Amino acid sequence: MRMPRLRMRRSGVALWLLVLGGAAAALARYIWGLGAVTNLSDRFPWGLWIGFDVMSGVALAAGGFTIAATVHIFKLERYHGLLRPAALTGFLGYLLVIAALLIDLGRPWNIWHPLVMWNSHSVMFEVAWCVMLYTLVLALEFGQVVLHRLRLWTLLRITRLALPPLVIAGVLLSTLHQSSLGSLFLIAPGKLHPLWYTPWLPALFFISAVAVGLSVVTLEAILAARAFRHPLELRQLVDLSRATIVVLSLYLGMKVIDLAVRGVWPHVLASGVEDAMFLIELGAGVALPLVLLSLNHFSRSPTGLAVTSALVVGGVVLNRLNVAITGMLAGSRAAYVPAWTEVLITLAIVAGGLLVYRWIMEHLPIMDPHAAPEGPAARWSASP
Amino acid sequence: MPLSRREFLHLAAASGLGVVVLGASRPAPASSNAAGTTGMGVLIDIARCIGCRSCEAACKAYHGFPAGESDDLGPQAWTYVKVAPLTTPKPHLNLGADGASRRSIKVQCMHCADPACASACPVAALRKAPQGPVTYDPGRCLGCRYCMVACPFQVPRFEWHKALPEIRKCNMCAERQAAGKIPACVEACPMEALQFGPRDHLLAEAARRIAGDRARYVPAIYGAEEAGGTSILYVSDVPFEELGFPAVVREPLPAFTWRALGKIPGLVVALGATLTVVEAIVRRRMAVQGEEGARR
Repeated sequence: MRMPRLRMRRSGVALWLLVLGGAAAALARYIWGLGAVTNLSDRFPWGLWIGFDVMSGVALAAGGFTIAATVHIFKLERYHGLLRPAALTGFLGYLLVIAALLIDLGRPWNIWHPLVMWNSHSVMFEVAWCVMLYTLVLALEFGQVVLHRLRLWTLLRITRLALPPLVIAGVLLSTLHQSSLGSLFLIAPGKLHPLWYTPWLPALFFISAVAVGLSVVTLEAILAARAFRHPLELRQLVDLSRATIVVLSLYLGMKVIDLAVRGVWPHVLASGVEDAMFLIELGAGVALPLVLLSLNHFSRSPTGLAVTSALVVGGVVLNRLNVAITGMLAGSRAAYVPAWTEVLITLAIVAGGLLVYRWIMEHLPIMDPHAAPEGPAARWSASP
Repeated sequence: MPLSRREFLHLAAASGLGVVVLGASRPAPASSNAAGTTGMGVLIDIARCIGCRSCEAACKAYHGFPAGESDDLGPQAWTYVKVAPLTTPKPHLNLGADGASRRSIKVQCMHCADPACASACPVAALRKAPQGPVTYDPGRCLGCRYCMVACPFQVPRFEWHKALPEIRKCNMCAERQAAGKIPACVEACPMEALQFGPRDHLLAEAARRIAGDRARYVPAIYGAEEAGGTSILYVSDVPFEELGFPAVVREPLPAFTWRALGKIPGLVVALGATLTVVEAIVRRRMAVQGEEGARR
């Protein structure tokens, strides 16, 4: 027992150092401007923070709404155990996105302006409202866990009645938000590379978000079970991976048809940076996990599931980075490599997220939603 | 492009009435095409321009920016004169053989009729005035820089090295226009290479110049249709591609995002209704199953 605790503490120190370093870089950004800590330019105004912290962050938080819809709308109760971890990932993910926005926005003190200053023709206006409303929904969903912890049973029972409409609102907002991050780039047909620029961009963003949401929940369940020494309910995750196969196949099919319809296949086989990145994204991030998941022995082991989930996560993150950065470079006639301070702040946000995650896992009943009021009961079945 | 009262009512009504209304594609943002054609603009004649940079100096002096020649647009360089070398020399209208090897191009905001930046801005900090200029209100701006991503001409500039930054770009001297004056750059041009006037007059003038000297001018007006039309128009005696003008789609860019945005009210109603119904059905079925189980 002593060894893991010690390791935890050492990794905690590393995470705290990253957070402190990132805070220092963020301070420099607030004093000397975005130019002091980023390699962004007038020709390339969006970089790592938008591509990773915001666009990938929102996609990775999609587990919140997919699992909520599965359990609360389709009433697939056997996934109940994933509800709280997924809600936590979603809520935490959105808080991290907002943290990143507060650093990336040039005039963050005006972040609330979309509430009162409207422009319904702006995709960014839609994005802003989705972030605000869905964070609120996630807070209310996650609030259930806090009420549980505080043992406010009456309040918990009352608020539980509001869950189905709240979950439906959450699904709607997520659908809009995930797709709108793709719609953002529809206004730049002259800048985004034809491999990624398609009128289907919003639909592709939404479907890939569902796939990555399921994968994040799976990966998180496996890693958390290992780190916090919870038993793992493997059958649940194997079932979930069947859903991932369906969604991922749909995504791959749409991508292939889209490439064919727009006649940009020749690009895929060209030798540019864009083409290589596109092939990695689709090959390692979509096709390979699909193959691995259909291998029976592989997709039934925790390691196999963790690997395929990690591949899907990597593929979707790469897709968002490709849309926001790789695909925009040539069309913007710009060069961009993130500054080390940009990377540091991104790492700091991830590290901060991990620290908060760990604290919540240790202090709130996340892994045990069936717990009786008297205390956590051992209702977790061991892996088959 | 803030939501006008009528548009808002239309949108609200459509979202209430559901899918049918929205299935039929709504027209692209109808707001400002009219503004672009009736508002004021500037005609820039590349054949006449001798590259003296008086316009650039006048702009900087008028707006209180540091003097000097810029080699790109910037927060304090709302216009500059770009020198484009020619692969095949062509005698210059005013400079003759001396100016044959290059052309000078005044660069600034194009003041689109239906600006991508204004449609992109979540808080309508950028707007197209009916008089022609696309103006910026820092009081609304949150610094998301989506306008910069959206602009097909890569015009908006950001103050990267300021703690309290703003988006900066040419405003076609909107405040001078309001006082009945013409833009500072146009006033300063000694060669009549810049001409200020109602956009439709300028289009006619551009066509007249091209028709009047077919041997010299290329038969194209840059800005007539680019991005749906711009208030700034160019005529030239060298093809625009050769001078490095970006090839921009003919359709107004806001239409590209509107095709997705316009589906939202219908999507919300349809998806919301579907999910509600599914939830109710599944719940009912589970209740029935529960009863049957109890009876057995």
